[in-house]
Amino acid sequence: MSPEHEVAIETIDLSVAYSGRPALCGVSLPLRRGKITAVVGPSGCGKTTFLSALNRLTDLLPGCLVSGSVRVAGREVLDSAVLLPWLRSRVGMIFQKPNPFPISVRRNLLLAPREHGLLGNDRGEGLLERVLRQVGLWDEVKDRLDLVATRLSGGQQQRLCIARALALEPEVLLMDEPCSSLDPLASGVVEELIASLRGRYTLVVVTHNLPQARRIADDVAFFWARAGCGRLVESGPAAQVLESPREELTSAYVRGMRG
Amino acid sequence: MLVFAGIAADLLVRGGALDVRFLVEAPSRSGRAGGIGPILVSTAAILAICIAVCAPLGVAAALLLSEWRGRGLAAGRVIGLSLDVLAGVPSIVFGLFGSAFFCRTLDLGFSLLSGGLTLACMALPLVARTAEAGFRAVPLEYRAGAAALGLSRAAVARHVTVPAAMPSILAGLALGIGRALAETAALLFTSGYVDRLPGSLWDSGRAMSVHVYDLAMNVPGGDPNAYRSAFVLIVMILAIQVALQGGLGAWARRRWHVA
Repeated sequence: MSPEHEVAIETIDLSVAYSGRPALCGVSLPLRRGKITAVVGPSGCGKTTFLSALNRLTDLLPGCLVSGSVRVAGREVLDSAVLLPWLRSRVGMIFQKPNPFPISVRRNLLLAPREHGLLGNDRGEGLLERVLRQVGLWDEVKDRLDLVATRLSGGQQQRLCIARALALEPEVLLMDEPCSSLDPLASGVVEELIASLRGRYTLVVVTHNLPQARRIADDVAFFWARAGCGRLVESGPAAQVLESPREELTSAYVRGMRG
Repeated sequence: MLVFAGIAADLLVRGGALDVRFLVEAPSRSGRAGGIGPILVSTAAILAICIAVCAPLGVAAALLLSEWRGRGLAAGRVIGLSLDVLAGVPSIVFGLFGSAFFCRTLDLGFSLLSGGLTLACMALPLVARTAEAGFRAVPLEYRAGAAALGLSRAAVARHVTVPAAMPSILAGLALGIGRALAETAALLFTSGYVDRLPGSLWDSGRAMSVHVYDLAMNVPGGDPNAYRSAFVLIVMILAIQVALQGGLGAWARRRWHVA
């Protein structure tokens, strides 16, 4: 395989059930390193469940059973021997609703690196500036680093959350509809930011917004719920899946006739 | 507010003039004359012990109940039930328990220490249950966000949950202090009713409410000073409530910007 097609994270026959009720059935999907993969599909088709299984956030839900295989950098992460702090610092996550902690901007960014022992005796000023510049927030907040982060605007909060994830130097970033709770202007800024992270990080972006998927995605994975269980219908390069899909269902969905 | 003003006015009218001398002088002739200086000192000492013990214990119990419940379901239920039972126990029973356990078994004798510890047992359920409600009110997004950063539960509790729930913790503490300050029965058998200035925490001492009770019930001609002491007591309670719920609570809300 050429480096371009190198796989950063891969699921094999991944299934998730909540209290015995299947939510995701047999998803096998390789995600290319450094590319943006958009996960699209109607509500309730298991997109978010798929995303949460990748960094084992599903562990938080009582009664949630994950089976199959998830490999990050060739390592099986569903194995209980895998250390969650390791996994989650490799695979970061951004949520639909921005969720900065109700503490200062500075502490929001440095809390996790400090807990993971990445800082040592460093006060973290360099890291702070680097990740804030990366998300285009440095000029906006450099004089307000001690401001409580929940006072920032919605778009700024979301970019701060992305910076917070980047501070751990992850390989993969999972984003669960990162723009859908933002106003159009802020949404555009975050979308541009996501596009700018291409190459350095492997991004998996769940979205309801097909035009957005068209704009930013390299690859597209289309999910659909059949018999109450989310399945992967089709995946591949964005142009192929969105413009000339193989499956009837995908074709109907991207033309806006289903879902 | 009206009821409070009515009671305060009534006490002032019946007690007559109140001056600083009353607050600092030692009582004489069984409290008929003189002031309440030593009694204020004893009260403060008992209260300090009570807070020092029940605040950390209460917050720890609340954390256990709200954050660590998933693992030790049975333990959580037992602790929760014990707190509820404790909240319903009459204060005289606490007095007898304190007398038997702290004074005799632990050999602390009639002392401020015994009294403070007994009050801590009484205030514990109020502090713990109120703090627990506060922890449960902390948005789930914070927890999910923290988990996605690979933070341990201890780190989340320390840096996110406890600060976010600080107003509730303070409110619980205010309730507990209110109950402790109003207590007579539990103190009669534990810290005693000697009205001189205590030399140490192992000394016996008289709390404000015990003083009021004694003057009103056991000392003929003690009524005016009983009224005055009662007035000082309710002003004290009011001041502590305002300080904890108003001042510190508002500070915590500003500091962490939480509702």
